[in-house]
Amino acid sequence: MSSEYNGYVTAERIEGADDGPLSDWTVAVKDNISTEGVRTTCGSDMLADYVPPYDATVVERLTEAGATIPGKTNMDEFGMGTTTETSAFGATDNPAAPGHVPGGSSGGSAAVVAAGDADAALGTDTGGSVRCPAAFCGVVGLKPTYGLVSRYGLVAYANSLEQIGPIAPTVEEAAELLEVIAGPDERDATTRDAREALRASDERAGDAREQENGADYEFADAADGDVDGMSIGVPTELVEGADEEVVEVFWDALDELESQGASYHEVDLPSVEHAVEAYYVIAMSEASSNLARFDGVRYGQSGGFEGDWNESFARSREEGFGQEVKRRVLLGTYALSAGYQDKYYRKAQDARAWVKQDFDEALSEADVLASPTMPVPPMELGESLDDPLQMYLADANTTPVNLANLPAITVPAGETGDDLPVGLQFVGPAFDEREIIRAGSALA
Amino acid sequence: MSDDAVDPDDVRHVADLARVDLDDEEVERFTAQFGDILSYFETLDEVPEVDREADLTNVMRPDEVRDSLDREEALRNAPETEEGYFKGPKVS
Repeated sequence: MSSEYNGYVTAERIEGADDGPLSDWTVAVKDNISTEGVRTTCGSDMLADYVPPYDATVVERLTEAGATIPGKTNMDEFGMGTTTETSAFGATDNPAAPGHVPGGSSGGSAAVVAAGDADAALGTDTGGSVRCPAAFCGVVGLKPTYGLVSRYGLVAYANSLEQIGPIAPTVEEAAELLEVIAGPDERDATTRDAREALRASDERAGDAREQENGADYEFADAADGDVDGMSIGVPTELVEGADEEVVEVFWDALDELESQGASYHEVDLPSVEHAVEAYYVIAMSEASSNLARFDGVRYGQSGGFEGDWNESFARSREEGFGQEVKRRVLLGTYALSAGYQDKYYRKAQDARAWVKQDFDEALSEADVLASPTMPVPPMELGESLDDPLQMYLADANTTPVNLANLPAITVPAGETGDDLPVGLQFVGPAFDEREIIRAGSALA
Repeated sequence: MSDDAVDPDDVRHVADLARVDLDDEEVERFTAQFGDILSYFETLDEVPEVDREADLTNVMRPDEVRDSLDREEALRNAPETEEGYFKGPKVS
């Protein structure tokens, strides 16, 4: 197995069932998704030796479907980063653009797919962490609607935002993988059975796609590349701030879709101007609470037993956490502390509601929305680490989708003059993954 | 920067609340960065109040006894254990 780009933290095979829809697939799994008996580090020294005693639901579903898991992929520590450089196990290189970051935080997952070392991979997307690395590595990444895929066994960072999603070379393969992992789970009360909603939407549309037995999601069937008559909304706010070359590739791809029968119009989403700050306030606040479990007693690095619990706990976390994790835990604690809740957290929730409302309006007059996935091409390794605020701003186009709990897909749209991959993002209505799969399949 | 400029004592206080020890260099770096990041977060003041129409659903499942991890599995990742228990520091 190739390791020159540091895509895997642990290369240990987990065999799947003998037959099933994925029996000839290898599917790598991000290292914050629990695998029974195989260490799950979250890219952190804190969990360097942590071996989960159970499988995540998505891992059970993968192996039951016959997939072989070739290893656990590298990631930004606890999912916190946009470049996969904050991993305690070293940065991952970008196989599609060596010397550049693979994006984050699921950078290892996108890299092993781009390098051809796995047929597909699972990542997790809290503010764009599936879409960003897929875009930077020139592959397809899909962030499902919140509640479509079980999060049981995912080591939580920001529960109200994150979803597990597939990364694959083509839209059809990503859709096939999504079919396997989607569906309600009694161990995750935030999941729901979306099949009923899909059938209702088919009936309303008098659609011939109507399912015969209603047993499957049939996402892969939607990857038919047929965008004739499709209406695409383009949020100007998500295009204006982007790099010139990225914007050029984006419009070329839209022209291609237009030549296939789609039409596009500009839409206004004023709320997205505040999405990045709302996302970070909410994500950091949830992180400060979630990461309190790492105390060096039940698991994590022991801080030793000198002093009392608080002193030992604080020492354990000083040693076990990297800079970005400390930064977010502290900022989250600050945002939730007495006197600041109204100033930051409550305002962020208002922004979240506003973003959701804006998207609902825009999607009432378009089948999907389209924008560049990332406003910039992949940065050079080491370029952005010193300025966290600049790194946070790179998430401008992906975070609004997580705040609104909507599905989104990124597909390769082309390259800049320096051969750096550019991704195009489609956003669709809640639980209508088929719409973004159809749009994406016209390009990849 | 706003009225609430962040100083090193604020960073130490919040690190104390979050139970994370910091060295002096980290305190210095975070003091500068938190100033920038928090003043960026303050642009949330421009957000209008929005009616939230979230449908709340009761998702409680029946309270039934199920299998759980056995003691050995539950203790497997603990740095120190004693006679089937987690071993930790004194509480205060």
